[in-house]
Amino acid sequence: MVVKVKTPLTTKMAFLLPAAFLVLTFVVYPIVATIMLSFNINPIPNVNVVGDRKPGLDNYVKVLTNFKFVNIEGLKTLSFPMGAIIHNIIWIVIHLPLTLITGLLLAILLQNVKGGTIIRSFIFLGMVIPMIVGGLLIQFSFDKDLGVVNLFLKILGLGFIARSWIIYPDTALFSLILGSVWLWTGFTVTMYSAGLASIPKEVIEAAIVDGADFKTILFKIIIPLLRPVTITVVAMTILWDLKIFDIVYASTQGGPGGASMVLALLMYEFFARLQDYSLSATVAVILTLVTLPVVVLWIKATLRGGKEQ
Amino acid sequence: MNDTVTQRLMFRSPIKWLIINAIAWIIGVLWITPFIGIFMTSIRPFSEVVSGWWTIHPFTVTLKNYIEALFNPMFSLYKGLINSLIIAIPSTLIPVFLAALAAYAFARFSLPIKNYLFATILFLMAVPQQMTIIPIFFMLNNMHLLNTYLGLILVHSSWGIPWIIFFLRNYFSLLPVELEEAAKVDGASYRQIFFKIVLPVALPGIVSAAVLQFAWVWNDFFFALMLIFDPDKMVVTQMLPRLKGQYQVDWGLLSAGSVIAMIVPILVYALFNKYYVSGFRGWAMKR
Repeated sequence: MVVKVKTPLTTKMAFLLPAAFLVLTFVVYPIVATIMLSFNINPIPNVNVVGDRKPGLDNYVKVLTNFKFVNIEGLKTLSFPMGAIIHNIIWIVIHLPLTLITGLLLAILLQNVKGGTIIRSFIFLGMVIPMIVGGLLIQFSFDKDLGVVNLFLKILGLGFIARSWIIYPDTALFSLILGSVWLWTGFTVTMYSAGLASIPKEVIEAAIVDGADFKTILFKIIIPLLRPVTITVVAMTILWDLKIFDIVYASTQGGPGGASMVLALLMYEFFARLQDYSLSATVAVILTLVTLPVVVLWIKATLRGGKEQ
Repeated sequence: MNDTVTQRLMFRSPIKWLIINAIAWIIGVLWITPFIGIFMTSIRPFSEVVSGWWTIHPFTVTLKNYIEALFNPMFSLYKGLINSLIIAIPSTLIPVFLAALAAYAFARFSLPIKNYLFATILFLMAVPQQMTIIPIFFMLNNMHLLNTYLGLILVHSSWGIPWIIFFLRNYFSLLPVELEEAAKVDGASYRQIFFKIVLPVALPGIVSAAVLQFAWVWNDFFFALMLIFDPDKMVVTQMLPRLKGQYQVDWGLLSAGSVIAMIVPILVYALFNKYYVSGFRGWAMKR
């Protein structure tokens, strides 16, 4: 509930303006300027970032037809590289269901074991460390000699397929995605654990009395009741998958031969290597546009939640 | 053993209980094996671990990797740690303070187009860093702030403000208003109310926001990568990939470097666990 008090405008401004000044200068204006730049309109006084290009949609045509963005050849033969946007989509398609299922099952399991909190904080470590270290840990774990992945394969009698998984085009992206499941599931488990803790005990007890088995309770009670949590987790996970950068930069730099290139890294490559700022801005705009549907849904859900409060 | 919702369902017999506990702990240990591995590699000479860090004959403990990483002639992680602190501390204090002021206005004052402003803040929380960085690069260059601590601090502070406003607004709006109203009746100014009443009461929320913002800035890589070039000014996450070497990855050096870079956020998490988790949920969960 908001209490309506007559507050002088100057007071309101004193509270709001310092934050507003920084956000407008270093967040809002740059967003607008990036959009302008993507249309070849020079947004920054005193510097000509655009060169002598004509304002228009040229950059979008260039990016959308760039083989690093979508690689038709790769798509036809289903081999890597398939292009940054396809790699991001593959990332979501694999990562999202894996982390949701693992997270929910682990949250249920850990709610019921001795020391569950400790195990949960182990799993949460992946969310605590810098993602640049996360990327190095993935590379390390998939290393042919040092990597624990190959150790497990050897234990399972599959030692003959052991290799440094992230240096081959056909397995680089998949290795990073699996690694990202390992890093990100701490988030899912934490969210679902909080959700589970808020389910009234009586509901489940009543179901047990009625003779429901675990599967029925999971699908008929727990999952429906956790729907709001699932929506948040799905939104956050998709956004994270689309913005992924550090992990790839630290491990493969998008390689080998672009096989693990993602949108955020492509933006950086156009900026740093090509020094083509408007092309780079265009990739950034496309990246933001791709996130937009999820962001809008999330904003709507959040505003709705705020009103009920 | 406290009994939770799904418990009776899963444990009908002691044996089942034992098996399920064992499975959970095996998963937990497997989950942190990469961490164990990187630590084991960092404290031993590389020659000992070339065929796997799990081989323990011979087992020699050495600090050589750490010393080489901390005092590397090109990218000294010791300097990196100092730089990370120089960046992260002001980049925590500034946005938390400014966002607390703004969040209070959002929680208590009637504002025109408040809902639109709030929706904008939510949008800014979700926008990719890539969407802002190119103009920031040229603006800072114009202001002679490129490749400086101050430039990076300004960017991090501004970037942190939206989510902290979001988080603290929720926190403030859950606090009882009676105390503030009583103070107003007694003739206290807004400044006095904010500093003497609101901030002390909201301290747990402020700490949560500060802890998460600090961890975020410490862990960030992209802003630093784009805005700092001088090896003397680089933050620790930025130096780390540069220790990799061109062709052959020196895992001894890199494992020590990884431990050095992640020890600070892990300590923050361990020391402020309660604040970390509550802030984290507040950040992600719509409340």
